[in-house]
Amino acid sequence: MPRYEPWNAERAGEIIARHQHEEGAALPILHELQAVFGCVPEAAIPLMAEALNLSRAELHGTVTFYHDFRKEPPGRRVLKLCRAESCQAMGSDALAARAESKLGVEMGGTNTDRSVTLEAVYCLGLCHSSPAAMLDKHVFGMLDEAKLDRLIDEAQR
Amino acid sequence: MSIRIYISRDSGALCVGAEDLVTAFRKVAEKRGLDLEIVRTGSRGMYWLEPLVEVARPEGRIGYGPVKPSDVEELIAAGMLDGKAHRLSLGLVEDIPFFKNQTRLTFKNCGIVDPRSLEDYKAHGGYKGLAKAIEIGPEATVEDVVNSGLRGRGGAGFPTGIKWRTVAATPPQQKYIVCNADEGDSGTFADRMIMEGDPFVLIEGMTIAGIAVGANYGYVYIRSEYPDAVEAMEIAIAEARAGGMLGKRIAGSKYDYDMEVRVGAGAYVCGEETSLLESLEGKRGEVRAKPPLPAHVGLFGKPTVINNVLSLASVPIIMSDGAEFYKNFGMGRSRGTMPIQLAGNIKHGGLYETAFGITLGALVDDIGGGTRTGRKVRAVQVGGPLGAYFPRELFETPFDYEAFTAADGLIGHGGIVVFDDSVDMAKQARFAMEFCAIESCGKCTPCRIGSTRGVELVDKIVAGEDREANLVVLEDLCHTMKLGSLCALGGFTPYPVMSALTHFPEDFGAKKKRLEAAE
Repeated sequence: MPRYEPWNAERAGEIIARHQHEEGAALPILHELQAVFGCVPEAAIPLMAEALNLSRAELHGTVTFYHDFRKEPPGRRVLKLCRAESCQAMGSDALAARAESKLGVEMGGTNTDRSVTLEAVYCLGLCHSSPAAMLDKHVFGMLDEAKLDRLIDEAQR
Repeated sequence: MSIRIYISRDSGALCVGAEDLVTAFRKVAEKRGLDLEIVRTGSRGMYWLEPLVEVARPEGRIGYGPVKPSDVEELIAAGMLDGKAHRLSLGLVEDIPFFKNQTRLTFKNCGIVDPRSLEDYKAHGGYKGLAKAIEIGPEATVEDVVNSGLRGRGGAGFPTGIKWRTVAATPPQQKYIVCNADEGDSGTFADRMIMEGDPFVLIEGMTIAGIAVGANYGYVYIRSEYPDAVEAMEIAIAEARAGGMLGKRIAGSKYDYDMEVRVGAGAYVCGEETSLLESLEGKRGEVRAKPPLPAHVGLFGKPTVINNVLSLASVPIIMSDGAEFYKNFGMGRSRGTMPIQLAGNIKHGGLYETAFGITLGALVDDIGGGTRTGRKVRAVQVGGPLGAYFPRELFETPFDYEAFTAADGLIGHGGIVVFDDSVDMAKQARFAMEFCAIESCGKCTPCRIGSTRGVELVDKIVAGEDREANLVVLEDLCHTMKLGSLCALGGFTPYPVMSALTHFPEDFGAKKKRLEAAE
């Protein structure tokens, strides 16, 4: 279960310094920042810009281009439901609607006790066992209503 | 003497409970005082049988599946470890028709070897291709790959050897090998299977590419949706480095080559090669205009070979068994084998590697066994979100790059997604446009704006608003996107849209053209 650290400029600086001399360092830095803080904090952008000799605008463009990078930390757990064609063929739209109503959120939202963030994902590469989902980094396939309900219960626990 | 069983750690097995099954076996073994060795392999690709347990026997590996943790006690009591019969018994795994009828070249070790063991890979013929490349040298290696007829398995089908030759011909300087492992197409999982099940074959393929073109460094760009593949590749790269197969003077030769994993960040368009290069450079994944080709001006402006996982993973067998051997499989200009992925609403979902030329119908009905829901197959989408929908009338189409092009489709990365007769094809067409709108990098207008207009048009057509006129506009829009977009995202989105409209007009509230023609 991910526990995120509060913003700490020194900690961010360490992460940036560790990667800054790698070729194309931006994505590895952004991933690590997000792993530590749960998101890419706005305050990290000027630090990165300075270290990588880029403008803040350029970096802002990069961060916002990618679906993965968040502005705010997610709930304690992240439940991703696959919404792509293979899972659609096995009824994922109905499962997604069920998850939204059970958690009381729309895709991309976090429930009120902040235990779960629900997200759509376009393919987990488990199309042989559709419908598929991922809870944090654990994968689940051959979902049906009962399995989805158990997954949601586990996520909220 | 210990008894050895094999259970996959491929995420396709993990997603249906393989980890709990391993725990169950350990518990029962401890309770019964059995000396049980559990080897974690990749997957054989018969996912409807996962979690599959294989028992090592003198006659071969005997399979049982799908096995639930609650079955373990009963299985062991029934003599499973001696290969005895049981309701879950599948007999010799290699004799299961789905497996036996394949031609496994790229996937020959997948599901068999321990993906974390360099020794096991070598024991199964690994690194023979590299040895050959070192022996014959860069030029002959490039020519072997050209002669094999291998074409890019990522989707475009461009001859792999020609890309290599172009990079090899550039003056000596920093060059790169980039493996495109941004397998984002729905219905595909072959790259994931290789990385999780036989990562060394990819490392070997990339190393051979490095030697062939004079590149000493490589990147595998893996999508973030594949955490298990990222882990498997990182472990294998570290193993290979420790075993002298990456780094300085690899395998005692005069060549240096090393590589690392880079993780994407959820952008589908980064599967497009120039967008992927931008992303590797740490920028927005915006598509580059070509020319210049990546072979001349690629990663960080240097000459770069960028190939798909399956293309690179096919290289070791081409080198070890010869270009002629590989070329003998297939039809027309589609040489060798294609790892085909059966997905969606299908009874036997999984990976089926076979020579080009097999028909779509044979794949869906005979091998795939029809739908999992038991209803009629109505449409299949081949080649991912940018691939065309095929009706049953086109099931005689052979799996071949040119035949699919002639049928207004593409084989793409070889994924086949099956839909039963409950599918609404207008909804699927709308989704294709919507997906393009979400994933467009925004660089070119036909893709960025056209996709949003496309969603609106499908909505209007379905609502019956000026239907005839809007159908003409939709067709025109698709034409503009196809010819005016910079890359395949905008350029190929018209395939699912137009094929849905052409073959299933009744779902759009339009007249059924096929019937009119027959009358």
